[in-house]
Amino acid sequence: MSNRVLNVENLTVDIPLATGVLHAVDDVSLHVDRGETLCIVGESGCGKSLTSLAIMDLLPKKAIRRLSALDLGGESILEYSEREMSDVRGNKMGMIFQEPMTSLNPSFTIGNQMIETLHRHKNMSGVAARDLAKKMLEKVGITAAEQRLGQYPHQLSGGLRQRVMIAMTLLCEPELIIADEPTTALDVTIQAQILLLLKELQTEFDMGLVLITHDLGVVARIATRVAVMYAGQIVEEGTAQQIFENPLHPYTRGLMGCIPVPGKTKRGEPLGSIPGMVPSLIGEFTGCRFADRCDLAKTVCRQSDIRLRDPKTKIQGYRCVHEVKDLANNGVA
Amino acid sequence: MLYYTLKRLALAALVALTVSFISFGLLYLSSDPAIAMAGETASDADIEAIRQLYGFDRPILVQYFDWLQRAAAGDLGKSYYFRTDVSALIGERLPTTMTLGVCAITFAILLSVPLGVAAAIRPNSFIDRIALFLSVMGQALPSFWFALMLIIFLSVSLRLLPTSGSDTWLHFVMPTVVLGYYAAPAIMRLTRTGMLEVLSTDYIRTARAKGLRPWVVLFKHALRNAVIPVVSLAAVQFGFMLGGSIVVETIFALHGAGFLAWESITRNDLPTVQGLILVFSLFYIVLTFFADLLNAWLDPRIRIN
Repeated sequence: MSNRVLNVENLTVDIPLATGVLHAVDDVSLHVDRGETLCIVGESGCGKSLTSLAIMDLLPKKAIRRLSALDLGGESILEYSEREMSDVRGNKMGMIFQEPMTSLNPSFTIGNQMIETLHRHKNMSGVAARDLAKKMLEKVGITAAEQRLGQYPHQLSGGLRQRVMIAMTLLCEPELIIADEPTTALDVTIQAQILLLLKELQTEFDMGLVLITHDLGVVARIATRVAVMYAGQIVEEGTAQQIFENPLHPYTRGLMGCIPVPGKTKRGEPLGSIPGMVPSLIGEFTGCRFADRCDLAKTVCRQSDIRLRDPKTKIQGYRCVHEVKDLANNGVA
Repeated sequence: MLYYTLKRLALAALVALTVSFISFGLLYLSSDPAIAMAGETASDADIEAIRQLYGFDRPILVQYFDWLQRAAAGDLGKSYYFRTDVSALIGERLPTTMTLGVCAITFAILLSVPLGVAAAIRPNSFIDRIALFLSVMGQALPSFWFALMLIIFLSVSLRLLPTSGSDTWLHFVMPTVVLGYYAAPAIMRLTRTGMLEVLSTDYIRTARAKGLRPWVVLFKHALRNAVIPVVSLAAVQFGFMLGGSIVVETIFALHGAGFLAWESITRNDLPTVQGLILVFSLFYIVLTFFADLLNAWLDPRIRIN
């Protein structure tokens, strides 16, 4: 059996608007192996969430999705009908959302919402389903699980609700979990707990995990590989070590420069930032999308679309016209 | 839930008491009841005699409690016009109105909720346009005109349905349609708005991400939350139908409570009007109470604090 849990090739998401077509995601290719954590990082609006929704085939109706390949567990699900996709969702791949406060239906008990997933995919009901739901709640560290099953979402705190979401996603033991900023809405102390939990469960269930975040601290702690997104494109991809120790793309380097380091960042000094604005993604765009904010920008950067390229390592790819040696020597941002 | 029910019950009782006071005061607001009862040709002595006979000379609060006591026991006084007990009079007319009200609200809900849901699933589609057209029509058409049109087409031209009366269920078809169609637009629009709002929530996305069947997402997860405001609205509409179907009852000569209200108002039959107002208000209060309970049952956030 293949180790590759998810393979996405050339994903494009266009959203037609009154003012033109919004090219929200452009030529994104990803893959995740069993037991691997791929972190997708990037600022708000860079297409991270749409990428994850596109993989789940849960995009808003008017969004147009194009892909050249979409494989889950070695099987192509690209041509799946809506019905077949719904058999896969929540079963072979699950998703955890950003907002635990609103992601559960307020009108049904936790137990009800967990058991319906089991009923849908595993044809389980009654005591067996309830027991499994209870077991999963305990697994994600929820005490008094039996009692929680009978409670409604509004009776639980944000951290607990997110644990419930995780437990619910794990019920059918999916091969892949996509977590879209699962800790953004939570308290800092809870954030760490939830991340650790995700990491533990991933090892235990031997799943692929796609973690979408804009928090580089999170990435440093749990990523195996990192994909950096900017304005709808992946601008750099590599192992966590490569990205943190040897970032190549000027945007990644700028991003790293924004992290305050205790001891290195002087008190009273302004925190690092990347000057300029993200370009509008409405309408056609040629050339490097980061060019306007890049210190190394040349005429050639704006002349044609830049392809993601693999330097000699063959693992770390980056989307820039410059050579590795030029980038490494240049202190950007 | 018990606490919530008791709280609502207490509230309902207080509202009922207030309403009873207002409805009692109505008799005095218009004119001196003794003069009204005695008639135009009565002498001052006659009026005074009536005033003493009916106890109008006592303090108003005493009269109120006396009246309330009798009203609670089912005695709403005697009708000036019919010279019979008001409660018997109303009791005689209520079944017709109730039948019409129940039929009409059922028709309105059966028409508007599915249409509202269908419109929300595909906004701006053909079915949404049809729903919009039907609701604008329902809102704009005066009931009496619509009723007359139905009579002309269905009764006079096609001879399918009887024009007036309340003898068989066929007599109730047109009144039901007219009254129900009048209430449908608001329910339909509220269902549509509610569904649209709920369908864009995070928990619907979660339900879809869990791979649930579309109809489960729609009818279990979405509709359950979308109908909560609709329940309150339908209760008010139903209350309106039980009391205010004067136009419809008059046109179709259904001798119901609405028709009685119209008759009594034109005849200055104050005790009857007073009794009807009390009964209609109680309907509203009871319906609101049940709507609150239904909402609490639907929405655990109301039920469990």
